[in-house]
Amino acid sequence: MDALATVEKVVRDSYGRLVAYLASRTHDVASAEDALSDALHAALVRWPLDGVPHHPEAWLMTTARRKLIDAGRHNDVHTRAGTALQILSETSVAMSETESFPDERLKLLFVCAHPAIDPAVRTPLMLQTVLGLDAVKIASAFLVAPATMAQRLVRAKHKVREAGIPFVVPDPHEWDERVSFVLEALYSAYTTGWDSHNDVDSVHCALTGEAVALARILVQLMPGEPEAHGLLALMLHCEARADARFDGGKFIPLDQQDTGRWSKPLMQEAEASLRLAAAKGRAGRFQLEAAIQSVHASRIAGHAVDWGHVVVLYEHLLQIAPSTGARVSQAVAIAKAGRPDVAVNVLSEIPEQNVRAYQPFWTARAYILKSLGRADEAREALTRAIGLTEDPALREFLAGQIS
Amino acid sequence: MKYMLMFFETKADFARRTETFETSPYFGAWMAYSKAMADAGVFKGVGCALKSPETATTVRVKDGQRQVQDGPFADTKEQLGGYVIIETPSLDTALEWAARCPAAAQGAVEVRPVLEGQAN
Repeated sequence: MDALATVEKVVRDSYGRLVAYLASRTHDVASAEDALSDALHAALVRWPLDGVPHHPEAWLMTTARRKLIDAGRHNDVHTRAGTALQILSETSVAMSETESFPDERLKLLFVCAHPAIDPAVRTPLMLQTVLGLDAVKIASAFLVAPATMAQRLVRAKHKVREAGIPFVVPDPHEWDERVSFVLEALYSAYTTGWDSHNDVDSVHCALTGEAVALARILVQLMPGEPEAHGLLALMLHCEARADARFDGGKFIPLDQQDTGRWSKPLMQEAEASLRLAAAKGRAGRFQLEAAIQSVHASRIAGHAVDWGHVVVLYEHLLQIAPSTGARVSQAVAIAKAGRPDVAVNVLSEIPEQNVRAYQPFWTARAYILKSLGRADEAREALTRAIGLTEDPALREFLAGQIS
Repeated sequence: MKYMLMFFETKADFARRTETFETSPYFGAWMAYSKAMADAGVFKGVGCALKSPETATTVRVKDGQRQVQDGPFADTKEQLGGYVIIETPSLDTALEWAARCPAAAQGAVEVRPVLEGQAN
């Protein structure tokens, strides 16, 4: 059906822009979504009868706006809404039916990742408001009951309106920090899906595609921000290798992956993003992580991995974004660069409570001890790693390493 | 929008109230903070310091019976020491003022929007 197909297309292409524009005018994400939802419903009813309008996006915007104004008239508890609705109706007078409206998604993203919003709900909020994903799909990816996710989202949007979180692009003095919240939330959308076994029967669905889509949007919205390009490059490098991670259900570690199964186009796009980022001359956490992935990706050209370079990149990364994960990965790189004796010391310097239940530490320790010929200790560490592994395929792979 | 900033201070902070008002850096910091807010036009005089938490009494009425308890409502390390009501364009500005508050360094500042309506 023509109307249905058009509605679906507009939702795919414009949902986020529509919500962002409406929400930025009323300072209320929830009512913007509701109004848009009503407008979409109205379109599905009217367009089959009246025909699809020449400018479907503008039709939806006008209809949603009208519904917001009507809803506001019946609701006089929020006196602040009066001013917002005034702005809304004034804008509607100024804007003609055919004019497109400004893209306010950047403001919406900063709202979703605002410090006053619980970090655990920032990613779901972005996915729902900017990409239009439904709470059920988001809940599945985060291994949370749909009702729980829906409630968290409602609470967060309530906070946005009631606490007066502004729809603005942050000032230069807080730009770096605020951008890092946006990027971390976006990266979380990607990593939430990354570990899931590519199992068609799995209920847990990955959102890697959606995360990459959002990262591409972000780069369009803040083209001058090198960390945005860095994050996209990081995601694309990981995406490029997605098909090579499993072979018939069996887990394949990075250094043994068949580079023939890596996506050259995605890697090229990743490298292009990384070059764009580097040109801005402002190093950052995501650019460094992407650069590390880039070194791993050099295998596609037949080169051996330059582990010394990886070690240096991790050192830079640890300076600006210290983490146990980066320290452990660096230790592995040090071992692969030929110094397992140094690597084992790097690991033992990490506080015990940080690694007690941290699986990658134990797999790293097993590998490093094995390189040092300390077979019994290596076996102990590997056993501990297996006990901490969630993924059955990875568990099987590690079990096969015990010789 | 109007926000209440509630200042939660440590025991050590409360102890400093015995210092000489004119010379104490503790009072000096609070005076400077209040003045800054007034000069910026966000503070219009609604707010005050409260006496130490041990001077507090908590009242409940359960099953028609009045229950009076010595001490503040919550038994937390940091306790309410005072509040102001400020008016700012959005939450971000209110958060900036909260961060400038002397209480923020050792204790905490809660920022809560005021429920505005007929009464206010």
